[in-house]
Amino acid sequence: MKKYWHELTKGILRENPLFIIVLGTCPSLAITTKVENGIGMGLAATFVLVCSNVFISLLRKIIPKQVRIPAFIVVIAAFVTIADLVLHAYAYPLWQALGLFIPLIVVNCIILGRAEAFAQSNNVFASFMDGVGMGLGFTLALILMSAIREILGNGTFLGMKVFGEGFDPAVMMVLPPGGFLTLGFLIAVVNAINKRMKERNT
Amino acid sequence: MGELLLLILGAVLVNNFVLSRFLGICPFLGVSKKIETATGMGIAVIFVMTLTSMICWILQYYVLEPLNLGFLQTIVFILVIAALVQLVEMIIQKIAPPLYQALGIYLPLITTNCAVLGVAILNVTKGFGFVYAVVFGFGSACGFTLAIVMFAGIRERMALGGRIPKVVDGVPIALITTAILSLAFLGFSGLVK
Repeated sequence: MKKYWHELTKGILRENPLFIIVLGTCPSLAITTKVENGIGMGLAATFVLVCSNVFISLLRKIIPKQVRIPAFIVVIAAFVTIADLVLHAYAYPLWQALGLFIPLIVVNCIILGRAEAFAQSNNVFASFMDGVGMGLGFTLALILMSAIREILGNGTFLGMKVFGEGFDPAVMMVLPPGGFLTLGFLIAVVNAINKRMKERNT
Repeated sequence: MGELLLLILGAVLVNNFVLSRFLGICPFLGVSKKIETATGMGIAVIFVMTLTSMICWILQYYVLEPLNLGFLQTIVFILVIAALVQLVEMIIQKIAPPLYQALGIYLPLITTNCAVLGVAILNVTKGFGFVYAVVFGFGSACGFTLAIVMFAGIRERMALGGRIPKVVDGVPIALITTAILSLAFLGFSGLVK
């Protein structure tokens, strides 16, 4: 049981897919202009990640080694199509806001990366926990990033005004440069914290 | 003709794939340590993206739509891209082995370069005709190449002169540099409507 708990928690901080392994940067830079988009993207990616992890883990003894990458991609693309259609039907505004980046979950390196590094060599339940943990870690990272960008760039959080009337938002933060800047500094902060923790442990 | 040139200009400078659309960030950060490898990657991407635009457009309008299989778009496109990348990999391995060595793991990774799938889907959502789609694919890939080569130049200089604090060394400083580059490219907005 302890092992499974480890698979779940490692994705959130120690092996956070966005801040530590630096995968999935494209969607996280593009859609984090609003917190709602961050949550939506995070949950959609988590759904795909969990489903594909479980499915690939189920098929891990059937898929031949040589054609595993195309096989993984087809499995992932199928779940992305499901997510795309569901969002289109039930969450149209979110679907419009995320736009191109929903089909692009297919090429989100986190998902293929977990399939390759974890699901193909572990049992179903461990893969499920790994998917949930990595997905949550990604979602939390997106929420953090979009909160910073929305608050500084628009003066709001989930659409609610954070500051009084006198606040003049720094529009740059919701424009492309703000995305690169926020992610750069966040990774630097995470690096610094990790270094501090390692020093303390030794 | 003029409109096509404008389309290329827009794709390279105004809506640069890396710096303003956030597509293809992984290879942009991964293969930009040296100018030569960056150029090689850029050329491979130009080739793959132009071909992808061509083939995916034909598939979308002559296979998927007549058969009412629009929902298979994502799956079909990604398979086409995977096959094309395999082809390019074999060609480069044959004619330029040093480049093949240098590009290493990033060559098969063009498959998961979101710029490639992105351009195929953008062509459809923007409702481009065949010529426009191919030119847009080519132009966007040129924008990617411009960005990655420029960035590799900056990184080479930084590695030489570098008094970079330990904490931001590596990915963080690369992202912050990209932010400044992207800020500069914001200056082009309004150039093409």
